[in-house]
Amino acid sequence: MPSYDTHNYDVLVIGAGGAGLRAAIEASAAGVSVGLICKSLLGKAHTVMAEGGIAAALANVDERDNWKVHFADTMRGGQYLNNWRMAELHAKEAPDRVKELEAWGALFDRTKDGLILQRNFGGHKYPRLAHVGDRTGLEMIRTLQDHGIHLGIEVHMECTITSLLMGGDRVTGAFGYEREKGRFKIFKSNAIVLATGGVGRAYKITSNSWEYTGDGMSLAYHAGAELIDMEFLQFHPTGMIWPPSVQGILVTEGVRGEGGILLNKNGERFMFSDIPELYRNQTADNEEEGWRYTQGDRNARRPPELLTRDHVARCIVRQIKEGKGSPHNGVFLDISWIKNKIPHAAEHIKKKLPSMYHQFKKLADIDITVEPMEVGPTTHYMMGGIRVDADTQMSTIPGLFAAGECAAGLHGSNRLGGNSLSDLLVFGKRAGEYAAKFSKENKGGHLNEEEIANAAINALEPFERNEGESPFQIQYDLQEMMQELVGIVRHEEELWRAVEHLKMLHDRAARVKIVGNREYNPGWHTALDLQHLLTVSEAITIAAIERKESRGAHFREDYPQKDEQSGKFNLVIKKNADGEMKLRREPIKEVRTDLQQIIEEMK
Amino acid sequence: MAIATFQILRGDASNTRVESYSIEVSEGMVVLDAVHAIQATQANDLAVRWNCKAGKCGSCSAEINGMPKLMCMTRLSDLPLDKPVLLQPMKAFPLIKDLVTDVSWNFAVKKKIKKFKPRKPDNPDGTWRMAQEDIDRVQEFRKCIECFLCQDVCHVLREHQLHDQFIGPRYLVYTAALEMHPLDVEDRLEDLKKEDGIGYCNITKCCTKVCPEDITITDNAIIPLKERVVDRFYDPLKKLFRIFRFKK
Repeated sequence: MPSYDTHNYDVLVIGAGGAGLRAAIEASAAGVSVGLICKSLLGKAHTVMAEGGIAAALANVDERDNWKVHFADTMRGGQYLNNWRMAELHAKEAPDRVKELEAWGALFDRTKDGLILQRNFGGHKYPRLAHVGDRTGLEMIRTLQDHGIHLGIEVHMECTITSLLMGGDRVTGAFGYEREKGRFKIFKSNAIVLATGGVGRAYKITSNSWEYTGDGMSLAYHAGAELIDMEFLQFHPTGMIWPPSVQGILVTEGVRGEGGILLNKNGERFMFSDIPELYRNQTADNEEEGWRYTQGDRNARRPPELLTRDHVARCIVRQIKEGKGSPHNGVFLDISWIKNKIPHAAEHIKKKLPSMYHQFKKLADIDITVEPMEVGPTTHYMMGGIRVDADTQMSTIPGLFAAGECAAGLHGSNRLGGNSLSDLLVFGKRAGEYAAKFSKENKGGHLNEEEIANAAINALEPFERNEGESPFQIQYDLQEMMQELVGIVRHEEELWRAVEHLKMLHDRAARVKIVGNREYNPGWHTALDLQHLLTVSEAITIAAIERKESRGAHFREDYPQKDEQSGKFNLVIKKNADGEMKLRREPIKEVRTDLQQIIEEMK
Repeated sequence: MAIATFQILRGDASNTRVESYSIEVSEGMVVLDAVHAIQATQANDLAVRWNCKAGKCGSCSAEINGMPKLMCMTRLSDLPLDKPVLLQPMKAFPLIKDLVTDVSWNFAVKKKIKKFKPRKPDNPDGTWRMAQEDIDRVQEFRKCIECFLCQDVCHVLREHQLHDQFIGPRYLVYTAALEMHPLDVEDRLEDLKKEDGIGYCNITKCCTKVCPEDITITDNAIIPLKERVVDRFYDPLKKLFRIFRFKK
């Protein structure tokens, strides 16, 4: 029997980005003991990469903004597949969560009156994103981290959970390993919050780091929880595309918020030629009006570059397919043109978009103040994930909570930029609060020895083989395949081919070989992460087959239109008794009358 | 396609060696890409930290041809590839394995620094008003991505290993951000002088030179803190005044 390092907590939080940190802080404030698990070092989670800002209807820049407008914008952006209760709570509570960060030391950019400054972003009617230049995520994670370390939360850095432990029909613990020595760790806890982020590593071109292998969704799924909306994966319209080594790195929507425009190789501003019906009333019909909007003219409507991400990404793909793309198969994003509009434009760009300036200068030899960037879509964010109760964030398994990107519901079929950071705060807090409450009320969970022994055997199994493939090669092939067959534009025949490929990849992953020992061994870590990647890839693919329409981030070439009937259900995925992935349609609950009224009024 | 050779320090604290790897170089490649290519094809167990690959998370710090740098922001085209590129882990921290070091000391130091303590809110809704010009300098410090390259290059830590007496440039920047925060009312000057060992810094500015975020560490953070410490503890007039007041 191998030896384990055992820890006991009232609440265990898995994941230490914005949602995990906020959950840990809240649970700790409720007076329970809290363990926090980071896959990397503390403060390095993907939240750090968020650039543009946190959406919250503070109404500091435009007093017409309020929670109702934010709610309606979020629902419209998600094409009404959202969990409306989550959208309501999110819009109502986001302002307080932002102000709270300020009380913990965050320093947002200011308005002239000394309030938190807010900027325009895609799909948001009014300037709504509290920000710090283009490094808002860093400000947020650092604030939470620096506040959290003084609360007695025990942090386990460079630790990965490989399975959840179930005492009967509730969750009672988690099993994992620490990276340095590869030793196993057991965490016993009466309540667990999953906050593990997204699935970007299932794709070749992604803004996500190595960590985002769908761990939380896969852990929850294998423990018996339900997943929802897995067909909705956001491709951010603007990732870097050249040189090849930087492919996928995010270029913030803030560039467009500050006046950046999209051009094809003929210099045409192509976004004006395709404005969806749902947004026609809110979109500028000429370039001048669009420019005035970005400069704060309250009577102007948004330029089409600030339409929702799903739409902008598709327009870019279309340009490329029509042969109007840039030299490296993207389009041009130009912020330098504002020098024709305002004095000291170069200084202004560097002040507003410092890390974009830096990133292009250093990695691509491009000075964004004088020339356009080349951009193309990059896998960015999973709208789908673990199905949770809107108020408590508890999954369908008692004691198992989820928050942030690994949870689902708030964003429906497409997330608005800026709604992620606010999601992390609002629902991270709620998850922490209700996990603490659950833990206090449901003591006495027990661990099952056999389950632990099996978890250990599974984790060590790849070391047993003398022959086999490199886990990196299998991961690479999976990424190529998902990019090719389950990407932005989908087709039934290709999706079925993906299902076949996944079966083969599954078999290959079972024969993977590890070189070296358990100490800080990325080959081993990649082999274990592969299991999660395969699980979420399968979920994405079967949900994409089942949704026979195009809506939000899910675009079907063979069903290019939105279908009214399909707008009435979400797709729910669960493991059946035989261990197979099963999918069902779940009707969307009728929107509460007062909320429906808000939606109608804002149409 | 050109071939580049990398000499990478492999092994753990008890046993290290330098291994050579050759890979094909493509356009725009950074050092981290090369390390990943080596890891995927030649050394699956090569240990390296990384996350964002865009200079925003500060995970992939290492010494490239002896210079502390982020591997994700160092392009191969800026290195002389006619000879092998030497990759070593940060020297100021204990080696775990290959390019990964034990940086936990940094996290422990931060915990000891007195936390942010805001003044009472200005407004009934619990908020404050702050002018942009009053937060500009603190925003510079808050750009820090905690890559610990400044700690690595600081001779007090790197050569003299005074980790128990000196918090290093990163945490002087952190303290400066708190001390100069317009809302903060905590007093950290005595700690700076005693536990934090600010006197050990003799302003060689190596930290400023390696900072990937271009924070003017020495001039904007450390020197002003030193001045505050001097004003408080070493001003002869104030000292006399204190003695006088004490006697009375």
